[in-house]
Amino acid sequence: MQAQPQSIIGTLSPIAILFFLAFVGVTLGITYWAAKRTKNAAQFYAAGGGITGFQNGLALAGDYMSAASFLGIAGLVSLKGYDGLIYSVGWLVGWPIVMFLISEPLRNLGKYTLSDVVAFRLKHKPVKTAAAVGSLVTVLFYMTAQMVGAGTLIKLMFNLPYESAILIVGVLIICYVLFGGMLATTWVQIIKAVLLLGGATVLVFLTLKQVGFSYPKLFSEAVRLYSPKFLEPGGLITKPLDAFSLGLALMFGTAGLPHVLMRFYTVPDAREARKSVFYATGFIGYFYILTVTIGFGAAILVGKTFITSIDAGGNMSALALAEHLGGGPFLGFLAAVAFATILAVVAGLTLAGASAVSHDLYVGVFRHGKAKNDLEEMKVAKAATVGIGVIAILLGLLFQKQNVAFMVGLAFAVASSANFPALAMSIMWKRFTTAGAVWSMYTGLTVAVVLIALSPTVFEDVFQAGHVKSRAAAVATLARFDGYAKDSAKALADLQPKVAALTAELAAPGLNPKIRDSKAKDLQVTQADLTLLQGGNFAVALSDAKAAKAKADGEVSAAPFPMKNPGIFSIGAAFLVGILVSLFKREEEAEEKFEAEKVRTYVGIGAEGSASH
Amino acid sequence: MSSKTAHQILDDPEFLKLVRQKNAVTVVLTIVELVLYFGFIALIAYNKPFLAERVSAGSSITIGIPIAVGVIFLSWLLTGIYVFWANNKYDAMVKSVRERMGR
Repeated sequence: MQAQPQSIIGTLSPIAILFFLAFVGVTLGITYWAAKRTKNAAQFYAAGGGITGFQNGLALAGDYMSAASFLGIAGLVSLKGYDGLIYSVGWLVGWPIVMFLISEPLRNLGKYTLSDVVAFRLKHKPVKTAAAVGSLVTVLFYMTAQMVGAGTLIKLMFNLPYESAILIVGVLIICYVLFGGMLATTWVQIIKAVLLLGGATVLVFLTLKQVGFSYPKLFSEAVRLYSPKFLEPGGLITKPLDAFSLGLALMFGTAGLPHVLMRFYTVPDAREARKSVFYATGFIGYFYILTVTIGFGAAILVGKTFITSIDAGGNMSALALAEHLGGGPFLGFLAAVAFATILAVVAGLTLAGASAVSHDLYVGVFRHGKAKNDLEEMKVAKAATVGIGVIAILLGLLFQKQNVAFMVGLAFAVASSANFPALAMSIMWKRFTTAGAVWSMYTGLTVAVVLIALSPTVFEDVFQAGHVKSRAAAVATLARFDGYAKDSAKALADLQPKVAALTAELAAPGLNPKIRDSKAKDLQVTQADLTLLQGGNFAVALSDAKAAKAKADGEVSAAPFPMKNPGIFSIGAAFLVGILVSLFKREEEAEEKFEAEKVRTYVGIGAEGSASH
Repeated sequence: MSSKTAHQILDDPEFLKLVRQKNAVTVVLTIVELVLYFGFIALIAYNKPFLAERVSAGSSITIGIPIAVGVIFLSWLLTGIYVFWANNKYDAMVKSVRERMGR
């Protein structure tokens, strides 16, 4: 059932371009339509509160279903099996928390942003500044990961130069947000969500058709081709504390993402807001189940070897499966959807970033909460949009050669540590003070960023990328040699046919260039090993490999902070500092206002204005 | 809103009941979700062999698969329960309090 190593992935496919141009055409049309309906600040930030719960549910799901989660989780499942499924569960469980703890008060207390809510009964200037910093940092980290991912993916999918990809994304998102505001951003998100859910559904349908619409068959094939271990928890989670820490960051991070929380103001009332979270959770859960199925499908129908020969991280597994089952046109369609996904997510982030600058910082802090007039706020918001869009392009270009996978984790760490604790305490705890909020936010932000910088993910894999790479190579060589040492006769017998097979595959016409490269490297190594075993001094080579591994080990200095996820410490520190500082000195005014806030939080009295603006 | 009306509402028994009920529902559902997810994480961290067991003899499917899908499904169901409660019960209570306060 496995695919032949012919693939058009990585070549500029006219069908993909056609689909992509159609998407751009439609979304620009919507932007033109939305521009006529985006005349004041409320329309710009919140689409005038005129989105329905169902539409907003799709848009929320769209904000969350990034290309990274579609291609990344399918890839992870196709290579690691059950561990990928564990990962996808973590991305969903923040939504009930958003619903139960955040949605109601957020909706009733705020106007456009989460800092409106944190600052509701506290001193606006310091609190809004801190909240805007937290929001901006979250947005910029998330954005960097998306932009670099966009450039790399587009290069991988269409063979388009990285810089042009970044520029296309940057210019389009500025157009959407600048002219169409939240209304255009929401509709771009809705269209993309429908395309992504639809495309993934078709892909799952085609996959299940291959196994007679039987999940047991799908799984038994996976076990037959790989091993029973493929369906068991493996090495992803080894340290319990790290696992809990990741879980906390994913759960509370979702409840602190500015671009997600902003969407609560696009619906007319609390009732629609709740419904939208219910729809969003359903769509996202369905999407992850599809993605996991796609991952397993790719593993059994396309095969791990083929997937890793296109991209070592497995990111192309969903597209490889699409090509295998639906041919070039379906591949082109899905590749265009993946591109559209990136556009939509970055547009949402840009709007959230622009709101933090214009609504929180300019109006909330610089203008003491009141812009001269609506026109002024709009002007600032539009200038901020262009600014954030340009920053997105620059970040994409600046981090081109960097490994930025950690930045999504960092965005969630900051959201869960800087934004969520202050938001929760401001809503729920009467004694919470301005000083407590400010200290909590800056502590959460600093601890999260510093601990991640000192963690293995960044301190080793990013700062010492070269050494880590050579260590991995040394480990792989030694593992191979150890295998030969165990049974050299079998190794010799295995290597000879492998050389012949690889040579034959390389000679085949029309081989995808990426796969050719990976196979050529494989052949080179296999050939060298064979020569060594046949006539070389294997004992010397083995001891050399051991020495090389020991040397490579010594060159990587261990991360000072041993955990991959600092959540448990950074979230804990933000809560602890917020509580201690608040208890240290009372703030009478904030406590008095808590009464009024309580009425507004629970029954919405006083919040009517936010729906009709 | 003047603080007088605020205090009127704050002392209102119906408002107090509404706050109590809302908090109870929120706290219970949040705890259920936390137990659900962190229970799953605890199984992965401390009892991998259990998740690796097969659902039945001769099947390739591990217990871990329905459990993971179950966590996703139950999380969604919990949001559904909250929406159902809030859109029917809670909104009615809110409406009643607001009407009596003349708002």
